[in-house]
Amino acid sequence: MSQRAAIVRGHVNRSRISPAAWRNFRAGLLFGAPAIIGLLAFSIYPILSSLVDSFTSFDMIRPAKFVGLGNYTTLFTQDSLFWSTLYNTIYYVVFAVPLGIIVAFLLAMLLNQKIRGLSIYRTIFYLPSITPFVASAVLWVWVFNPQYGLLNTILAFVGVKGPGWLGDPNWSKPALILMSIWGVGGLMVIFLAGLQGVPSEQYEAAGIDGANRWQLLRHVTIPFMGPYFLFGLVAGLIGGFQYFTQVYVMTQGGPANSTNVYALYLFQNAFSYFKMGYASAMAWILFLLIAACTALVFRSSASRVYYGGS
Amino acid sequence: MARTAGTLLPRAGAEQRALAWRGYRPEWPKLFTHVALVFLCAVFAVPFLWLVSTAFKPDNEMFVWPPVWLPKPFTIGHFQQGWSLLPFPTFLKNTVIICVLVVIGTVASSSLVAYSVSRIRWVGSRVLFVVVLSTLMVPYQVTMVPLFVIFKDLHWINTFLPLIVPAFFGNAFFVFLLRQFFMTIPVDITDAAKIDGATEYQTFFSICVPLARPALATVGLFAFMGAWNDFLGPLIYLRDESNYTLSIGLAMLNGQYGSYWGAIFAMATLMTVPIIVLFFLTQRTFIQGITLTGVKG
Repeated sequence: MSQRAAIVRGHVNRSRISPAAWRNFRAGLLFGAPAIIGLLAFSIYPILSSLVDSFTSFDMIRPAKFVGLGNYTTLFTQDSLFWSTLYNTIYYVVFAVPLGIIVAFLLAMLLNQKIRGLSIYRTIFYLPSITPFVASAVLWVWVFNPQYGLLNTILAFVGVKGPGWLGDPNWSKPALILMSIWGVGGLMVIFLAGLQGVPSEQYEAAGIDGANRWQLLRHVTIPFMGPYFLFGLVAGLIGGFQYFTQVYVMTQGGPANSTNVYALYLFQNAFSYFKMGYASAMAWILFLLIAACTALVFRSSASRVYYGGS
Repeated sequence: MARTAGTLLPRAGAEQRALAWRGYRPEWPKLFTHVALVFLCAVFAVPFLWLVSTAFKPDNEMFVWPPVWLPKPFTIGHFQQGWSLLPFPTFLKNTVIICVLVVIGTVASSSLVAYSVSRIRWVGSRVLFVVVLSTLMVPYQVTMVPLFVIFKDLHWINTFLPLIVPAFFGNAFFVFLLRQFFMTIPVDITDAAKIDGATEYQTFFSICVPLARPALATVGLFAFMGAWNDFLGPLIYLRDESNYTLSIGLAMLNGQYGSYWGAIFAMATLMTVPIIVLFFLTQRTFIQGITLTGVKG
């Protein structure tokens, strides 16, 4: 080791950049080349280009005209669909994300025990979350079918007349949220890994002190799971704001725009109406919104989330 | 907080409690747990079973209550109907081509980049890693329009290239994952190889890649799932029916032939079953992957 260091030092003395450092630089650049090229071509250039587009009337046909903040002011002051799709998206995020975390946590708690058939239960909870989005979307179209659907048939069996679900503007958003709960298996597996990492000494210590089951949950399990909840919240937030495929397949935003979410309206502006500049402005608003929410979550959790000992 | 309660107890009692709590996990009553789990599993499994069983049901069993779970007779009529309505074998072929190439590209490029930012001591490694990682924060919608323009200028619209080529330039998320893995390989091993005269390429291919095989498998698996699942990409770039993927084909079947319930379920099954099979074949890699990709530190 010291011999090696001496060799390296020797080189440094002779030239300003040692051959070893130069070799490392070249290798690093070469190995990193895919990302460097990819970043420039598929991230940095498009990001800058999109920012510029958002201040223009770009529509892929006529030459783009600079319109200053025009797209943004139109969105904020004249486009009622902008506000209603934003509302629908926030509605979805506000309900689906916390509900998803709660259900995933409860399932993980149930599975974090020494019982028979654990891996079978776990697999059953997990499978829906790896079902391809489009496949689960077309499945749930039929689950929610008011006449023949699985859900209303079961409700009728217990004597309840089910609502129109995706056909009823009052029930369409709750229906999508219900469907999202079906896919919490991925988060559940992550939570389960977290629960298995709670040091049993902590339970023992609290148990010796006479803590009951509820107190253990409240003062040991939940604080320990902080980082995991934070992950669920941030990932859910980012995914929720970009919620798209399911509504595109299931409702196309209907009925009466009740499921028209932000990402769908943005997509329509870009690729149905070719208002690319306008869509870029929407994309930047989305970006800032996600960044602000994420920052807010991190900041407000900083004092509350406890990261384990080491 | 609960400490005072503990100190109030007689000493012998405390010892007894200590014994009772050893190896403790907060257990709920067994019966309650089993009842709850069975009920919840039913809730989660029923839509799924309904999907698969309906795909194989003859028409006269589709609308009966209670639902028929084991079709009698088993029929593949809905599958034949599905691919007579739309060319699903072609969609399947297209999807497989895209998936395979995306997996190859992602594994190859992400592992190279991850090696660069974790095992090579060069000035740019830190910067490159941070910049790569920061692109994860940018929602797809931001780059969607300019990327479309780029690929249009390259005349790549209505080809698989916009879906495949970017995979060869490193995926931020997988770079992060593999970097975490490469960092765990002791420096001594690679240093020893280098002292023996191994070049960076030899070290990468003959030491790091074999050691990282489980992590590479995870990356490949998740890249495959991502490409198989992708809807927005094919929706933007593919125009002709002959180029469609399964996800677009299934959405189109649902849109155009919405009342062909059996055919839709058969094709949804066709799209889901390979993923389920893959899951059962690679269960360990899978579960490891999810927890790896989740939180750590």
